[in-house]
Parts: sequence; structure tokens; C-alpha cells
Amino acid sequence: MIAVSDITKSYGAGGNRNQVLKGISLQIADKDFTVILGASGSGKSTFLNVISGLERPDSGSVTYGSQEITKLSDSEVTQFRKDNIGFIFQQYYLLPNMTVEKNVRMGADLAGNREYREIITAVGLEDKSRKYPSELSGGEQQRVSVARALAKKPKVLFLDEPTGALDEQTGRQVLDYICKLHKEYGFTIVMVTHNQNVAEMANTVVKMNSGKISEVYANSRQKTAYEIGW
Amino acid sequence: MVVGMKDVLKLIGISIIACCAVFVCTMFLNYNIDVAALKDEITTEVGMVMYQAQVSTGKVVAAVSGGCLAVTSVIMLLFYVKNYIDTHGKELGILKALGYSNFKIAKHFWVFGLSVFVGCALGYAAAFLYLPSFYELQNAEQLFPEIKVQFHPLLAFLLVGVPAISFAALAVIYACFRLKKPVFDLLKEKHEYKAKVIKNETKDMPFLKELTRSTVRGRKSLVFFIAFSAFCFSAMVQMSMSMKDLSSETMAVMILTIGLILAFMTLFLSLSSVVKGNAKTIAMMRVFGYKHSDCSKAVLGCYRPFSYIGFVIGTIYQYALLKFMVTFVFADVENVPEYNFDFTACVITLGLFVLTYEIAMQAYSRRIKKLPIKSIMLE
Repeated sequence: MIAVSDITKSYGAGGNRNQVLKGISLQIADKDFTVILGASGSGKSTFLNVISGLERPDSGSVTYGSQEITKLSDSEVTQFRKDNIGFIFQQYYLLPNMTVEKNVRMGADLAGNREYREIITAVGLEDKSRKYPSELSGGEQQRVSVARALAKKPKVLFLDEPTGALDEQTGRQVLDYICKLHKEYGFTIVMVTHNQNVAEMANTVVKMNSGKISEVYANSRQKTAYEIGW
Repeated sequence: MVVGMKDVLKLIGISIIACCAVFVCTMFLNYNIDVAALKDEITTEVGMVMYQAQVSTGKVVAAVSGGCLAVTSVIMLLFYVKNYIDTHGKELGILKALGYSNFKIAKHFWVFGLSVFVGCALGYAAAFLYLPSFYELQNAEQLFPEIKVQFHPLLAFLLVGVPAISFAALAVIYACFRLKKPVFDLLKEKHEYKAKVIKNETKDMPFLKELTRSTVRGRKSLVFFIAFSAFCFSAMVQMSMSMKDLSSETMAVMILTIGLILAFMTLFLSLSSVVKGNAKTIAMMRVFGYKHSDCSKAVLGCYRPFSYIGFVIGTIYQYALLKFMVTFVFADVENVPEYNFDFTACVITLGLFVLTYEIAMQAYSRRIKKLPIKSIMLE
């Protein structure tokens, strides 16, 4: 269970101070698929950064089970991310001078996972494992980033607009891979998106507006990546 | 303007190297020209032997120091031009997309020659101010008639004008060459990493080891600079210790100062480039949970062996140079002490080098720790 309590976060100082998160509280159940939905500037990416331990809130707490990560030191948060968290970003952030296999090993080595080639196969890139990111399409690069995140066997997977840079067909394909792997490995998913249709794939949808949660609801039925609109 | 004055300021390393090179060359070559004019007035045999020895020394020092530093400056300039094009791909790509030719863009890189001009001019001026003391030192035993410092316009042009013009031309030509790639690759700041078959490559090499290897492979020029930095430290510090006996304290201090400036400057520029060039990789590693010490070790630690290689080469170089000078150049000069390898100086220098290098590594390791993850990812 991830428990977020009364989180606030601001940027800037003095007259330019901008409060991005205005006292957010939320609970995310284990193995849940939660989508944080909101328009650009609603604070959803900042919220994701804070609950994943990439940024510290100005006030409030984030607790995983019984561990409050907002009280941990920088090196302890790093260790926590190493043991528990996986990330997938819109811009992939692959290491350009390393092959697909080595990029996936970046995640696998942290968890001592020697079966990482199975995940490369699971995302359909077994024949491209010796290629460099510049030799792959956008969709393939995002699948490498999925494999890299999952190779470290995370308990929680954070996704920040994972299909934002992809076309419809490739976007659906990547989401389909993520859903299949979610069912297979049973981790918690927290995905940020501005796409209302993508939210139909989640169990729980958290709507954000101007730094606050405006609505939380559960989908009666989770749609697949090929059933949703785009 | 494609390249601004701000970018030229970043080439301070080249300015300093040019300054040191021209300072040394001006002193010895100006002296050689002035003392040569008095050759007919040297009447004693001892004076003639000393004259021959000093002229030969001047030629050797100017050729070795000037040549070595010139080569370093050229490599540094090429590194800067390549780095500039790699990091400003979007701006340059847009210009190319708008129809600017490679040469039209590249010609703006001439301003990089200004850094050489500034360095050379400062070096020449500093040397000229120091020349009266240097002449006194060279003629301390009064073996020659009084030598007056003369200004030689041709020498000034050769040591200031020619390097500045040559470096400006080189920057333009190299930029033109580097810009010869598709607009799309420039816009995407795309770097080609071709799949190479590497000897002894094991499929199962751990990520951190692979990162270490790829960091070295990706920036070979930095390997040279870090080795060169160690070379300067080793050669100049040991040489200055021996110089006290062979020449004078002033000469020893001068060599030590130039050596340390070059060593620190090159090390600082190289390590800054290493950290800057790997900022995104480090940020991503930290997002995933790699410890700060792992990041530092993988990115900075890989250069350590090369720095020790540079140290060894510097030790051999200074020994060979001094032995050559004593055995051949000063062979006929009286009272020149015998020169043997100074083991104590070598051990002291090595100790100082290890200490200095490790302190620098620690400082840059702290810099890695302070890299802001979020802002790097938003770039």
C-alpha cells in the first residue's frame, strides 16, 4: 500500500513562488493499476516524482507499507528506489552508447536478475538485442525502456506519459506489453497521462486539476489497449 | 552569430597552453637571436663553448616544449569544435535546414582562433617583460659581452600571428568537415554508435563494467588529456627538482609553475567534460537506484590507469631529455654535474601526484553527487 498524506510542493521563490501540489492525500493498493489523469500543468508529473522518491515534498508524507520515504536520507531513498521502484518515461532516456541488451542489464544488474533476456523476448526485441537505440524506432525504444524497468523486478512501476511520443499503433502495442507483464509479474502500476482513453485501462483513476485531486473513481471493467479509443 | 564570445571564453585551456608555449619559445629564441649577433665578440674558448651549449639548449627547449604544447593545443581545439557541434546540433541543424551551406556556418568558427591569439599575445608580452632577468641569468658568469634585449618583429609574428591564423583556419576547416552530416542527425543530436566486434567481449559483462568501457571508448580524446595532465605533472615537477642542480632555482621555479598550470588546467577541463558528457547517464542511473559511489567509479575511475601511464611516460621523458642535454649539449661545458636518475624526486613526485589526483577525483565525485536529476532529465 502506498499512502500519500497532505503533500505540498512549490517551485520558485518570493513573488514567483508557484504551488504545484496543494495538499494531496491518496492511497494506492498493492498490485493496483492506477492512472493519474490531468491536463498539462495540473501537477501530475510532479506528483509522480514525489511519490516515487525522485523529489522531496515541502510538507506531507509518502509511506510504502510501514516505510515513510519522505523521512529517508538521499542515499536511503536511492537504496529504496533500487529495491522497489521502476520507471518508464516519455523520452525513454536510454543510454545511447549501449546496446539494447546492455540497457536492459542496467536494470537487471540492480536486482541480480540473470534472466533478463526473457524480458527482452517478452517485449519482442530478442532479434534486436545487439542494436543501439539510434538504430531502433520510437516504439522499439520505449519497449527497451519497459524491459529495462521490469528487469529490475520492481514492486511499483511508475510511468510518465509512456505513449506521449508514440503514434497510435505503437502506443497501443507498448500499453499492451505493459498490461500483459503487469498480469504476469503482479507489480503495482502508477501511470501519469493526459489521455482520457488510456485511463480506461486502469482499475483506479485519479483526476488532478490545478495541483489538487478533483476526483477518484474505479473502472467497472478494465479495457485492453486495443479496446480503448485514442 | 553561430559561435559567440562566450564560447570562446570556454577555450581558456587553449589560451593557457598557448601562453606557456609562447612564453618559453620567446625567451629562448629571442635570446638565441640576440646572443648570435654578439657571436663575433666572444673571444674566450669557454665563452664559445657556453655559447654553443646555450644556443643548442634554446633550440631543443623551444622545439620540444613548443612542439609538444602545439600538438596538445591542436587536439584540444579539435575536441572543442567537435564538442560544440555535438551539443549545438539543434541550432546548427536548423541553419542547415534553412539552406546555409556547411562553409557558411563553419566560417564563424574562426573566433576560436582568438583564444590562441590572446594566449600567444599574453605569453609573448610576459616573456618580453621577463627577458632582461633571463638574459642576466644566462650570462651570470659574464662570459659574453653585455646582451641587450631586442624586439624582433618577425619572431613576434611567427609566435603570435601565425599560430592565431593557423588555429582559426583549422577550426573552420574542421567544423566544415564535422558539419558534413544529414540535417536530421544534427537536429536530433544523433550520435552514431556502430556495433563493433570487440576482442574478448563477453556477453555477460556486468553493466557497470560495460559502462566503464564505453565511457573510455566514447571519449578517447579525454584519455589523451588526462594522460597528458599526468605527463606534465610528472615531467615538470621532476625536472624542476633536477634543474636546481643543473641550472638555477629561477629556471626550476619557472618549469614547475608552467608544469603545474598545464597539469591542473588539463585535468580540470577533462574531468569537467567527463562529468558534463555523462550527466544524463548518471542521472538515469541514480533514478534507477545506483549508488553515487557506483556512478563515480564507473565514470571517473576508468581514467586512473591512463593517468599512471602518463606519469610513467613523463618520468621517462624528463630523464631522457636531461640526460641528452647533459651528455651531448653541455658535454664540453665545465662544472656541469653528472646527471643520474633521481629516484627520490620520482618517489616524492609520485606521492604528490597520487594525492593531488585523488583529491581532484573526490571533488568531481562530489560534483556528480550534486547533479540535479530532474533538471537533467528535463533538458
